[in-house]
Amino acid sequence: MGDNIKLTVDGQGVEVTKGTTVLQAAKVAGIEIPTLCFLEKINEIGACRVCMVQVQGWRGLQASCVLPVQEGMVIRTNTPEIRQARRVNIELILSNHPNNCLTCGRNTTCELQKLASDLHVNADAYKGEKSEWPLDLSNPSLIRDPNKCILCRRCVAVCHQVQSVGALSPVERGFGSVISPDANRQLAEAACAYCGQCAAVCPTGALAEVDNTEIVFKAIGDKKHVVVQVAPAVRVAIGEEFGLARGAISTGQMVTGLRMLGFSAVFDTDFAADLTILEEAHELIERVKWGGKLPLITSCSPGWVKFVEHFYPEFLPNLSSCKSPQQMLGALIKSYYATDVVKLPLEQIYSVSVMPCTAKKYEASRAEMGHGNVQDVDAVLTTRELARMFRIAGIDLARLPAGEFDMPLGMSTGAGVIFGASGGVMEAALRTAFEWIAGVPLEKLDLVAVRGLEGVKEAQIAIPNLGLVKVAVANGLGNARSLLERIKDKEVEYHFVEIMACPGGCLGGGGQPRSRYEDNVSTKQARLESIYKIDRELPLRRSHENPAVKKLYAEYLGSIGGEKAHHLLHTTYVARGRFPWRNK
Amino acid sequence: MTDQCKCCSFKETDPRWLELERILEPCRGDTGALIQALHKAQDLFGFVSPEVQEKVAEVLNVPLSEVYGVATFYSLFSLKPRGENKIGVCLGTACYVRGAAQVLAELEKQLNIKLNDTTQDGKFTLEITRCIGACGLAPVITINEDVYGRLQPDKIKEILDKY
Ligand code: SF4
Ligand code: SF4
Ligand code: SF4
Ligand code: FES
Repeated sequence: MGDNIKLTVDGQGVEVTKGTTVLQAAKVAGIEIPTLCFLEKINEIGACRVCMVQVQGWRGLQASCVLPVQEGMVIRTNTPEIRQARRVNIELILSNHPNNCLTCGRNTTCELQKLASDLHVNADAYKGEKSEWPLDLSNPSLIRDPNKCILCRRCVAVCHQVQSVGALSPVERGFGSVISPDANRQLAEAACAYCGQCAAVCPTGALAEVDNTEIVFKAIGDKKHVVVQVAPAVRVAIGEEFGLARGAISTGQMVTGLRMLGFSAVFDTDFAADLTILEEAHELIERVKWGGKLPLITSCSPGWVKFVEHFYPEFLPNLSSCKSPQQMLGALIKSYYATDVVKLPLEQIYSVSVMPCTAKKYEASRAEMGHGNVQDVDAVLTTRELARMFRIAGIDLARLPAGEFDMPLGMSTGAGVIFGASGGVMEAALRTAFEWIAGVPLEKLDLVAVRGLEGVKEAQIAIPNLGLVKVAVANGLGNARSLLERIKDKEVEYHFVEIMACPGGCLGGGGQPRSRYEDNVSTKQARLESIYKIDRELPLRRSHENPAVKKLYAEYLGSIGGEKAHHLLHTTYVARGRFPWRNK
Repeated sequence: MTDQCKCCSFKETDPRWLELERILEPCRGDTGALIQALHKAQDLFGFVSPEVQEKVAEVLNVPLSEVYGVATFYSLFSLKPRGENKIGVCLGTACYVRGAAQVLAELEKQLNIKLNDTTQDGKFTLEITRCIGACGLAPVITINEDVYGRLQPDKIKEILDKY
């Protein structure tokens, strides 16, 4: 191979492809060089200089994360000078860092803390003048604590380059520098999607989900009838927090754990995903038949919805009016379940959901998502928070026997579970739309063209009695933006488009367990494979076959897309603009 | 989206606003032209107001957070209107050692403003300046193009009265 380069790292010969960095080459030789600001392909700015190495014949030390290999390089990664320099860099950060590890949300999972420990920093490092910033507690999704920020800019890179939102940027310089949303505003005022991808990559406690664990423990303690629903992507990720393999399917253990926490009923958001499919496939068919606004675009990702409301209000008429599965199930818990199933007054019911997502917290708080002063969902926990609750309660998920969801709102099909992966809503909707219109069974249920982690996917499917249906799927808001631009410019035309705010879809949500970033893609791949495995192994794989959903329509909702369904299961949107503070 | 600001009418009435739109138009969608655009805007208005930052963000298609980040990073951009007379206090080593801090404190007292602020009547803006190379005269302040050296706090009032 002509493009290979040979070099020596700490005396070991390594051969790597051209363009590899010294950091990666060292990994091949089994050497883990510490890093802090580096995020592969996203934040390669050589800012923290924790990853320094020595190149024979070069002056000074080099940041290995941004240093491409050259033929014959002789690299040293572990000399007294290097160890000292790395330590000094960490000590400089710590000199303006609160000494708060024991009460910090990132205690034991913090990358800065790990480096301080690995590099054996001096206790005096914490002495120094500290900046004092107020916490940003402005919104239901994310907390910002700039005092713990080390200015690594990972969040900035993700928000700008991956999500194309650009809500966060560094402002000022030197000691007064801070990462701040939209010209020193609080996050609630900024044009932020609440996707939480920034918090997912933050190495410290500076960006984190709003923690609702205590609120939920309290509701359980108050002896309310506390019900919980769990989104599909949670069951293939939460195991990672308890030492299970990446992508481990822990649905049953999770249900048992939730019962042990004291929830009165454990429901499956997949049930409502089946319901969403019926309502949304109905909407699609109506729009195609009667010349409604096309493409129809999915609306189950609240980060995506908020993004459209800020940046592409002209696409709001394209959004499906369907509420997300979380909100559909919430609305049913506060109506059908309350009056017809448990027969309890609404004040006694407390509705919790467990989501892979930080934007879901915000979605649940939207004025549209309830009736009067009753919200559909009272508290949203991320996957990370549920794991925290399990740990607080001493519940070791890995050792629990499997339990079963409660009926009727725990019954679901394979079409419901694939909502957790990018392309899943599309595939599920087409399974139903095809059979409804064509009147014949769909031979091949697996629509592989829309599966996978790729950013934008396209497919066409010929539906008898309707014609060729063109669809597209995008995940990650940057990919969504480029797809919307192409639709706007009339370069492409679709009937139906699925968009998820997070890269990979919900399985890569901002509230999921954090993985070491270099493993990020393979972690998502493992979760993805598990989601499709669950689908494959379920006896029912079409939403319209869900018996509990059928019963719900027959006994309570009436017709699909009918008046009662509209009242409970559909919603509206708000044009917010890029500069939302102007609307005040 | 409309360009009309709902909170004030200054955009329609101020001819500089139309001029800004004219200047920015060639940079539409050019995210690389940010610093240049801010320069032009500052030349026009004397400072870059929040409205101007938003306009730049909109036309260049750059996130506002970045526009603000750049405007606060470079000291040559001012985010607030500056006064008729710009006072610069040198806080370089030589000046500092010879009492620049006391001079600064006296200026703040006399003008009744803090560093980087402008007096109510718009007459003075108080800023820090980089070493102007007059260390022999330390401590030094500048007012517009004028340099005052070997300053004692008690001389400040007399100097300010000249403007
Ligand atoms: S961010 Fe990390 S180092 Fe800082 S207080 Fe929290 S755990 Fe400790
Ligand atoms: S939540 Fe998403 S949009 Fe908001 S600042 Fe973080 S990455 Fe950007
Ligand atoms: S908030 Fe977190 S990710 Fe962003 S710069 Fe600070 S430490 Fe880095
Ligand atoms: S990890 Fe290489 S400079 Fe920060």
